[in-house]
Amino acid sequence: MIHLQNIRKRFRRPDGGWFDAVCDTSLSIGAGEVFGLIGFSGAGKSTLLRLINLLERPDGGAVIVAGQDLTALDAKALRRARQQLGMVFQQFNLMANRTVAGNIAFPLEIAGWSAADIASRVAECLEIVGLADRAAHYPAQLSGGQKQRVGIARALAPRPKVILADEPTSALDPKTTQSILDCLKDINQRFGVTVVIVTHEMHVVRSICHRAAVLDAGSVVEVVEVNGAEVDARSALARSLLEAA
Amino acid sequence: MEELTFAAALADLASMAPEIWQACRETALMLAVGLAAAIALGGPLGIVLYLSQPGQLFANRWVNGLLGWTVNLVRSFPFIILMVSLVPLTRLIVGSTIGPVAAAVPLSFAAIPYFARLVEQTLREIPRGVVEAAEAMGASPMQIIVKVLLNEARSGLISSLTILTISFLSYSAVAGVVGGGGIGDLAIRYGYYRFQTDVMVAMVLLLVLIVQIIQFAGNRLASRLDKR
Ligand SMILES: Nc1ncnc2c1ncn2[C@@H]1O[C@H](COP(=O)(O)OP(=O)(O)OP(=O)(O)O)[C@@H](O)[C@H]1O
Ligand SMILES: [Mg+2]
Repeated sequence: MIHLQNIRKRFRRPDGGWFDAVCDTSLSIGAGEVFGLIGFSGAGKSTLLRLINLLERPDGGAVIVAGQDLTALDAKALRRARQQLGMVFQQFNLMANRTVAGNIAFPLEIAGWSAADIASRVAECLEIVGLADRAAHYPAQLSGGQKQRVGIARALAPRPKVILADEPTSALDPKTTQSILDCLKDINQRFGVTVVIVTHEMHVVRSICHRAAVLDAGSVVEVVEVNGAEVDARSALARSLLEAA
Repeated sequence: MEELTFAAALADLASMAPEIWQACRETALMLAVGLAAAIALGGPLGIVLYLSQPGQLFANRWVNGLLGWTVNLVRSFPFIILMVSLVPLTRLIVGSTIGPVAAAVPLSFAAIPYFARLVEQTLREIPRGVVEAAEAMGASPMQIIVKVLLNEARSGLISSLTILTISFLSYSAVAGVVGGGGIGDLAIRYGYYRFQTDVMVAMVLLLVLIVQIIQFAGNRLASRLDKR
């Protein structure tokens, strides 16, 4: 579903030099997989995730999603491709002046759906994330966990093939974290949506990922298989991350 | 004695009612034109100023620098000097340099960069992540501006417009004195040149009242629109 081929990304440092955030990385993520990106802070997890929907443009390499090289698309085609890629954020990033329903409707308005289709899809998504009774509330009236459910419903609304999640539970308490993870897992299983999730918590990897890439200094050190609580890790880094959990 | 003066003042004002009404209409006209120009031209200018900042959708150091510099330039002119230096332009556009329509030209000229800065500041308060989320969902720049930026900033924009209106009520008094007419002009003409203090006091009270009403309405609308 997602193929990153030899992608590179560097940022300008304040001193004028360059900082390699992602160096020559290749990664393949299968359809229907829940794939983790783990590593310590600054390892380049968020950058790698943002390269998948081209929020960051790679300096080299190809980003192939559902058979389409996103780096080759013009602005309009890229916008259309992005509608197939939902994104969930650590800080939720909901629109404060739109109701819950309005937030979930947003990507559908963007995609040009009819009002009737939007209304029924929004209701459906509210049901999926368990917020049917909150449709008319504003984000300010919700708890963190509820806000993230709205974030997930919004990402899910246009029936994307992939959902990208950048530390979706890092702003939440452990109990809420589990319920959000269950929600993502449920969506993955019911709709076959591929999920790529950035996290620094091993617990997250154990509870929902099928596989995970361990990142360090902009490179993939190892891709580990996850079978429930069993994580088959070889690299020292992966082991130290495991122990930290 | 005192009652007599008060009664006399009232009678005086009553006899001037048509003139006062005329002054109100002139002030309203000057403000309406100035505010319309500010919204129609200053608004988009403010959006461009914001979007061309580093890290924003259309980050462009040169565009941002040039526009920022121009806005500062116009804003650094004391209003009265701006007004005098714009006399040729006013004559070109309106065909005359007196009357409320002519006064509206320098008012607009000052209001555009002023409002542009207010809009820019207001838009800056929107969390970057919200705009990024819209980008990630495939929103076009126009959709981001209308559906995200303007909608998320709507209450701040109303507050900015309130500030602008009140500032320009006072600017319009200055413009009025040099031939624009309006409430401020009436106050000066009677109060200052003809020593009719009662007229001046009444006009100032009228301005105080108008400012309070504008501020009250602006606050009400802004807080109703704010769901944060
Ligand atoms: N826009 C940017 N400009 C400059 N440097 C950046 C930019 N974005 C990221 N970086 C740098 O790239 C490196 C990787 O950042 P990234 O956000 O991908 O890390 P991360 O693994 O997600 O870390 P965290 O767990 O703290 O979120 C960091 O050193 C960061 O400072
Ligand atoms: Mg990160």
